[in-house]
Amino acid sequence: MTETRNKSADARRGFLRLLGGVVACAGAAAAGKVAVRPDEAAAEPSTVTPPAIPGYDWTKHRWAFGVDASKCIGCLRCVEACKRENEVIGDAHHFRTWVERYVYLEGEETPRVDSHSDPVNIEASGSEHEYRFANRYKDAKVEKAYFVPKLCNHCTHPACVQVCPTGATYRTDDGVVVIDHKYCIGCQYCVQACPYGARFFNEEKQVTDKCTWCYHRITKGLQPACVVVCPVGARIFGDLRDKQSSMSQFIRNNRTRVLKPESGNAPNVYYVGLDKDVF
Amino acid sequence: MEPVPNIAPFIGYVYPNETVVPWTVLIVVYPYLTGLVAGAFTVSSLYQVFGMQRFKPVAHLALLTSLCCMLVVPTPLLLHLGHPERALNAMITPHTTSAFAIFGYAASFYVLLLLLENWFVFRPHIVREAQRTNGALRLFYRVLSFGSDDLSEKAMRYDRKWIFALAVIGIPAAHGLHGYVGFVFGSLKSREWWSSDLMPAIFLFSAIISGTALVIVIYVISCRLRKEAVDLPCLKGMAYTLWGFMMFTLLLEGVEFASLVYRGREGTEMILEFVKGPLIVPFVILQFGIGSAMPLVVLTLMIWRGIGGKMLIAGVFVSACLVLLAVLMMRWNVIIGGQEISKTGKGLLTYTPTFLGREGLLVAASVIAAPFVLLSIMVRIFPPWSHAIRAP
Repeated sequence: MTETRNKSADARRGFLRLLGGVVACAGAAAAGKVAVRPDEAAAEPSTVTPPAIPGYDWTKHRWAFGVDASKCIGCLRCVEACKRENEVIGDAHHFRTWVERYVYLEGEETPRVDSHSDPVNIEASGSEHEYRFANRYKDAKVEKAYFVPKLCNHCTHPACVQVCPTGATYRTDDGVVVIDHKYCIGCQYCVQACPYGARFFNEEKQVTDKCTWCYHRITKGLQPACVVVCPVGARIFGDLRDKQSSMSQFIRNNRTRVLKPESGNAPNVYYVGLDKDVF
Repeated sequence: MEPVPNIAPFIGYVYPNETVVPWTVLIVVYPYLTGLVAGAFTVSSLYQVFGMQRFKPVAHLALLTSLCCMLVVPTPLLLHLGHPERALNAMITPHTTSAFAIFGYAASFYVLLLLLENWFVFRPHIVREAQRTNGALRLFYRVLSFGSDDLSEKAMRYDRKWIFALAVIGIPAAHGLHGYVGFVFGSLKSREWWSSDLMPAIFLFSAIISGTALVIVIYVISCRLRKEAVDLPCLKGMAYTLWGFMMFTLLLEGVEFASLVYRGREGTEMILEFVKGPLIVPFVILQFGIGSAMPLVVLTLMIWRGIGGKMLIAGVFVSACLVLLAVLMMRWNVIIGGQEISKTGKGLLTYTPTFLGREGLLVAASVIAAPFVLLSIMVRIFPPWSHAIRAP
């Protein structure tokens, strides 16, 4: 009887030792995994396999985007083109790019801000699939007004990439932040982390979605859809590796700024003609 | 496509994509449950690790409660995911920079630890039942004993060593798991309402009070149902614990809010407008007034006046219920509140949960209820009542 007891106690000890070992290993592995500097992954060249695009080498480009806000007329062709080109959900709550309007009325200290997704503007267009800015200030005295196009900033240290638990969203070697829709689990942590509100949840695919600078176009030598349709040249896109590209010239010839630099994300959409009130 | 849920109306200016609220009531339930796990485990550890004998009547009940809550913790997350079938991606290829990548490992480790500690604690019962019962029940308990049927003093000593060790490891594990949930929110720089170094500590202390309150409520109800007298020193001990940790929680919450207002960074005006407006009921009245100030006054009176008997039971029970409400409201105000303040700092959104649907109130309520349904079954299989578990 004593022998049986000892045996069973031994067996239990062995089992527990094994279990303890497994647990310790798992714990150590997990601890090792998180002990990495937060921006390391974003700053280093990506370890992801480059896309199999014929004749395209992503190490030879460094894309960037420019916006000359002083030129924008708020026609919203860019928004419509983006929706069609990228099959973005056609309502007033999902945008890869959007345009904001800042209006300063006489006697008011802060601007009134709206976008085309504002209910008043949607009512004016008559549909959530068409966008325009309603002439809502026609009876007021407007001192100053301007438009600001917005889109994903494809940051150098993207907070959205940092928080993604699976690595489904990553920064390519040519400087574009993309999402692998086949790997994304749809937790929306990245939606929370983006300070610019550039990300949204795609209910059709049940994954997160955002602007890719039309990666399917730029890797074929084309311009993003929003850049192509802009009638006033307010949107500029190009390769910073090419010193003669429109983007290199835009940065060289203008004093640019970026949005929310204090976030530490190091955004790559360069603006000209922004006022202090733009957030 | 189904109509988009969670569309929030807004005032001021918000980014167009913000009008769909990303994290719904299910993400309120998730930290609430992990908090209950950590808190209940703390109560159990007060006996198992710190040897406080007055907590003996609830030690095993608390441990079992902790396990039942922990088993349900992944559910709200899985229900929330767009692709729950891909959930393991985060464990197969964890993205090392993500605060959330470790969740799968941390949670699995903790579930394993809880299962193991529960097994050791209930092993004498399992062995006795395996010898006493017949048929399927006998087989069930025999399988569960893993062939370890030794109840000698030597074996029990060995078991006690393991229980102690597991409880010791369990304290940092449980608290780490919950503090880390606070980090998931506190580390996000995009939202001023969340972005705070104190967030992990606030989550942790509120977890301890919610778990203690839960054990109080379950213990008093179980005594009622089993027609047994409530162990007053034990209840009083839990009331002290609740009172003490509530002080910490309120202090931390106060300091956090004060420093947010005092720093007065960009967007603070909007936050103050939010607190004075839509947050009056859930934050000021429910979380702080009814949920925190009231139980604190009641508990202080109880302790100060040395009240005993039925009055003590009623007072502590009601206080515990209110604390459970306060912590639920705290989770709501942090998670939903944070998303109702626009990232523009110039607008406020209003999230109204749907009743039906995958992320509706009905599902959320069911997820909160699930651990207690599970517990009501578990206590029949593994009675945690103090007289049921005694060394032979």
